[in-house]
Amino acid sequence: MKQYSIERLEIIANDIRQDIIRMLEHAGSGHSAGPLGEVEIYTALYFSVLKHDPSKPDWSERDILIQSNGHCVPVRYVTLAHAGYIDKKELMTLRQFGSRLQGHPERLRLPFLESTSGPLGSGLSQAAGIALAFRLNAQLKRYVYVVMGDGELDEGNVWEAAMFIPKHKIHNLIAIIDRNNIQIDGFTENVMPLEDLKAKWQAFGWHVLEIDGNNIEAVIDAFEMSKAIIEKPIIIIAHTIPGKGVDFMEEDFKWHGVAPNHEQAKLALSELRTLKGKITSEHL
Amino acid sequence: MVDPKLVDFRKGYINEPIRKGFGRGLLTLGKTNSDVVACCADLTESTQMNLFAEAYPERFFEIGVAEQNLVTVGSGLAAGGKIPFVSSYAAFNPGRNYEQIRTTICLNDRPVKIIGSHAGVSVGPDGATHQMLEDIVLMRALPNMVVLSPGDSIEAEKCTIAMANDPQPNYMRLAREASAVYTTLETPFKIGQAYVYEPGEDLTIISTGAMTFQALLSIDLLFKDGIDVEIIHVPTIKPLDKKTILASITKTRACLVIEEGQIAGGLGGAVAELASEFFPIPIIRLGIQDRFGESGTPTELLQYFGLDANHIRLAAHKVLLNRR
Repeated sequence: MKQYSIERLEIIANDIRQDIIRMLEHAGSGHSAGPLGEVEIYTALYFSVLKHDPSKPDWSERDILIQSNGHCVPVRYVTLAHAGYIDKKELMTLRQFGSRLQGHPERLRLPFLESTSGPLGSGLSQAAGIALAFRLNAQLKRYVYVVMGDGELDEGNVWEAAMFIPKHKIHNLIAIIDRNNIQIDGFTENVMPLEDLKAKWQAFGWHVLEIDGNNIEAVIDAFEMSKAIIEKPIIIIAHTIPGKGVDFMEEDFKWHGVAPNHEQAKLALSELRTLKGKITSEHL
Repeated sequence: MVDPKLVDFRKGYINEPIRKGFGRGLLTLGKTNSDVVACCADLTESTQMNLFAEAYPERFFEIGVAEQNLVTVGSGLAAGGKIPFVSSYAAFNPGRNYEQIRTTICLNDRPVKIIGSHAGVSVGPDGATHQMLEDIVLMRALPNMVVLSPGDSIEAEKCTIAMANDPQPNYMRLAREASAVYTTLETPFKIGQAYVYEPGEDLTIISTGAMTFQALLSIDLLFKDGIDVEIIHVPTIKPLDKKTILASITKTRACLVIEEGQIAGGLGGAVAELASEFFPIPIIRLGIQDRFGESGTPTELLQYFGLDANHIRLAAHKVLLNRR
């Protein structure tokens, strides 16, 4: 697979952010904050971490990526387009009648998705099942990645999986939580407190890594380190900024499930192109 | 009509829990199909998964009392190319984990094999909480799902083996108690097929699960009353064998449906939907009439809820009064 420099990956991430804004503005509905915050995670996965081949989506040795928080699918669609799975023009069909890009991801419409998701809390269990199947097939170097939101940790199903995976010593699974502190009704610690989140996972028998989820080098390093730890299953708590890169969206839970209108999108794109005014020339 | 090669039950029959057949079938699959795996939610012996678990421990996964995890791990195993059988009591599987079945198995189209044992009031002393009566309607409403309800342990064994070769998600309901074994190894079984177990001219009786035995017991009672009944056994509730059912009701023009579950949306509902669209006739649905079960012996309960041969006889006379 092609190797990208961190600088190049940061540029790809910025391009992905801009396409998320364009796509959501065009769709007129959808989730903004979560997808923008997860751009580094998805860029790292598709451009550095995952063993995959866009020309062979059903390659029998490919790694698997389960997106447990299906509402954040805009970041995945855009990253898939940048990785070569989807024509970028198709991004403008998001949420429209007849589109393959459903409001929440559907496996049967897109052959390179591994699961249908949206209802929260079931991704970790599915990843566990796939990892067990690979173990039975003696495909021990085939990794299963699962991205979860933090709001969905309210779901009991997550903690059922949290008990199950250490019990069965599943090592070919790497979980990452997008810890952006927001959910629909507000900040996670007000809606349903999750802290001490690290201690909770540790108590369930997991090895926990905590990182800055918007630092792409830190994200890649954490995924690589996860493969070296075999005593316990790994979960990465990736602290991210919801709405990352767009000033008026950052840290505001009201942007959880809203798309930008034309004026807001224009402002957001301008901010992203100038890296919030740090550079003066806007490259279109 | 295919000869059903049933047991000559008038001369005698043995009783065996239907789930025993599931246990044997799964054990056979362990030998014949290396892709078959099994998961259970802390009811391994109760659901008869223990035979497989002991013989193939590397392919068995204990989930604990966690039915949501049970089916979602199952979905993942299927995504990894396995054929997972996932079992618990029907009250929890699919009672507790409906959304996960809907999204990760049906919408996702993964061939997970869901086993709900201890369905119906014949669970007996455990009472209403454990007597699952709504599983058929819950599973029947899901696109892609195949709904199976074998009538005895021998048919359950055949059904289990057939499920492994079916590419769709499947739900199989099993009763707990020892039930009459009225089929034989030679009795035909195919997913999607209903069977005429007794040909007749006057009235169609359609039944599923262990209720078919009660229907068979009503043959002689009704014959004495001068009513020649046709008995159709429906082990596959979805997809419904419309052809066999329509062929019978267009002939008899009256129908009784018997099932050990809520009459709303169950087999009775399915037959009524079919008849209303293609050949409207009087139908009486025998089953649980929009209420919950309660503790008792299986025999007491079947009698109390009107699901024995005597109640079938009364209902037969009633439905024939309305025949046009």
